[in-house]
Amino acid sequence: MKEIYLDNNATTRVDEAVFEEMRPYFCELYGNPSSMHFFGGQVQKKVDEARSRVAALLGALPEEIIFTACGTESDNAAIRSALEVFPEKRHIITTRVEHPAVLTLCRNLTKKGYRVTELNVDNAGRLDLDELKSAIDDNTAIVSVMYANNETGVIFPVEEVAAIAKEKGALFHTDAVQAVGKIPLNMASSSIDMLSLSGHKLHAPKGIGVLYLRKGVPFRPFMVGGHQERNRRAGTESTSSIIALGKACELAATSMDDENTRVKAMRDRLEKELLAIIPDARINGGGADRLPNTASVAFEFVEGEAILLLLSEKGICASSGSACTSGSLEPSHVLRAMGVPFTCAHGSIRFSLSRFTTDDDIDAVIRELPPIVKRLRDMSPFGR
Amino acid sequence: MWDYTDKVKDHFLNPRNVGSIENADAVGEVGSLACGDALKLFIKLDDKKERIVDARFQTFGCGSAIASSSALTEMVKGKTLDEALQITNQEIADFLGGLPEEKMHCSVMGQEALEVAIAKYRGVAVPKHDHEHDEAGMEGEIVCKCFGLTDVFLKKVIASNKLHTAEQVTHFTKAGGACGGCIPKIKALIAEVMGEEKKAEEKKPGKLTNMRKMQLIQETLENEVRPQLWADGGDLELIDIDGGKVQIAFRKACAGCASSGFTAKFVEQKLRELVADDITVEEVQG
Ligand SMILES: Cc1ncc(COP(=O)(O)O)c(C=O)c1O
Ligand code: FES
Repeated sequence: MKEIYLDNNATTRVDEAVFEEMRPYFCELYGNPSSMHFFGGQVQKKVDEARSRVAALLGALPEEIIFTACGTESDNAAIRSALEVFPEKRHIITTRVEHPAVLTLCRNLTKKGYRVTELNVDNAGRLDLDELKSAIDDNTAIVSVMYANNETGVIFPVEEVAAIAKEKGALFHTDAVQAVGKIPLNMASSSIDMLSLSGHKLHAPKGIGVLYLRKGVPFRPFMVGGHQERNRRAGTESTSSIIALGKACELAATSMDDENTRVKAMRDRLEKELLAIIPDARINGGGADRLPNTASVAFEFVEGEAILLLLSEKGICASSGSACTSGSLEPSHVLRAMGVPFTCAHGSIRFSLSRFTTDDDIDAVIRELPPIVKRLRDMSPFGR
Repeated sequence: MWDYTDKVKDHFLNPRNVGSIENADAVGEVGSLACGDALKLFIKLDDKKERIVDARFQTFGCGSAIASSSALTEMVKGKTLDEALQITNQEIADFLGGLPEEKMHCSVMGQEALEVAIAKYRGVAVPKHDHEHDEAGMEGEIVCKCFGLTDVFLKKVIASNKLHTAEQVTHFTKAGGACGGCIPKIKALIAEVMGEEKKAEEKKPGKLTNMRKMQLIQETLENEVRPQLWADGGDLELIDIDGGKVQIAFRKACAGCASSGFTAKFVEQKLRELVADDITVEEVQG
């Protein structure tokens, strides 16, 4: 069965051009970039080129780019660094809707004596900046607020948050794993101190990430050992993946327009037609500023895992904020934080598109999903 | 990927006996929208009111909830009410070729709906869970507020499925899976059930052999005590066991903690409760 892949916020297909770019760095050009000989040196040049390409996409300087093993590592490194930089400050501010890469870390830190404020969001998933202003104080070491939410695509006003943090002398970090490559960013005109991204969300392979670290911002490394990444991240570079990420960033810059026009139009059509055909359905975060590729649709009186299984039978790959797919039993912490009623928090499905998505893919969902929802509702004791 | 057997998939994709029965003799309803799954079971008896001639279901829930409901209706047909009451949640899971452990609560829900239906038909109380339709008598005290589960119900599931961790209890009943506030109480219930079993099994024959005692002390520390300390950032290490004397050293947050004397008492109590009455615990610097 040919897959209809609409789960790009989970991970993306590696672009063929990206794969071609990295291919020689396994069996032929496998040198260690730290070596003194020509053989390692030629790899070093490609790593440098990749660093410049990543920097270009972010509007950053090459030396502000630190390669890591994944988005999760970047998030952990940023937050832990800030706590070491300010050992006397014992307060962290984040949001209730962060990815577990941030949220689990922060919650674990409460056991180490840190105070953690998790900012609330409203029904549309928007942040309340006044809550941030009253929570932040001189004891706040770091504010970590995601750029865009992985489940709903809702975009946070991170520049405003960064400005508030700066005013109070706290560092500001943003998990931009879902934003990079989908919406334009420019670190040169920003107050963000640290930013995380992950390669596999923008058509590079899994297992490569970046921590952007603004020049002049104090930093304590998470991984120590060798001198790689200017002593900021020890460990022999994953050269092929770094080179792949460089290419992926270059391609992301050229397809940014497409993402915000053609891809967005497909997403909008999907939402509009589903809501027109299926009663008792709504868009989570529909009232907020959102990524162009993400649609989180809630269907009342049905359970998400059952929808996903039936979609999967038709070759359609999506994901859900359903508790039953994640092993936990609480429906998605993001939807709960938004106050999505229990009647539909269990029945929310996320479709996330990419530049490889076609109109045929969207047509397939519009064709297959309505009968699936109807079938499950007919089976339910809640009689809808 | 879903770890479902072909039988689960078959019963999910082609559920048997979906729908309701008009004039059903017994109806059992468990779960709610808020819980994420719910099952309404309809049972029709023969003219002599002895055997189940038809069973149908309406389910809101995940794939395995629907499959478990379908399996249940197939299993009860032709049985007397007493025979049907003998069906365990494990048998529902077995009928489907097994369920992933995180989904065992689906089979428990099936078994429960059956129990509720029959109890209501007979007009007796049941150890059931529930928020929304609690008019039938409910035994016990609510332990898990999020899912409305009582101690009587949880202890029954713990005992009949031989569960020994809070995580397993969550997989089988959902208790503890939402806010987690009830997890300490769940642990206490497990200890209670295990204690009752241990008493029945082991304390009666009198003395434990030294080997067995050491083994039990170690197991109890690993499974019962350390996880609770971890939750607060602490830990302990077993230094020595000499007859009934157990020496431990505290680690991490427990080390040097002002209330470590209290913690040592807690450890002693636990060991006395679960292993033997003559145990004394001593804290040493190790
Ligand atoms: C918002 C967000 N942050 C962090 C991550 C983790 O990234 P990685 O899988 O590279 O560790 C993800 C991906 O799942 C994400 O969506
Ligand atoms: S009280 Fe049991 S999970 Fe909340």
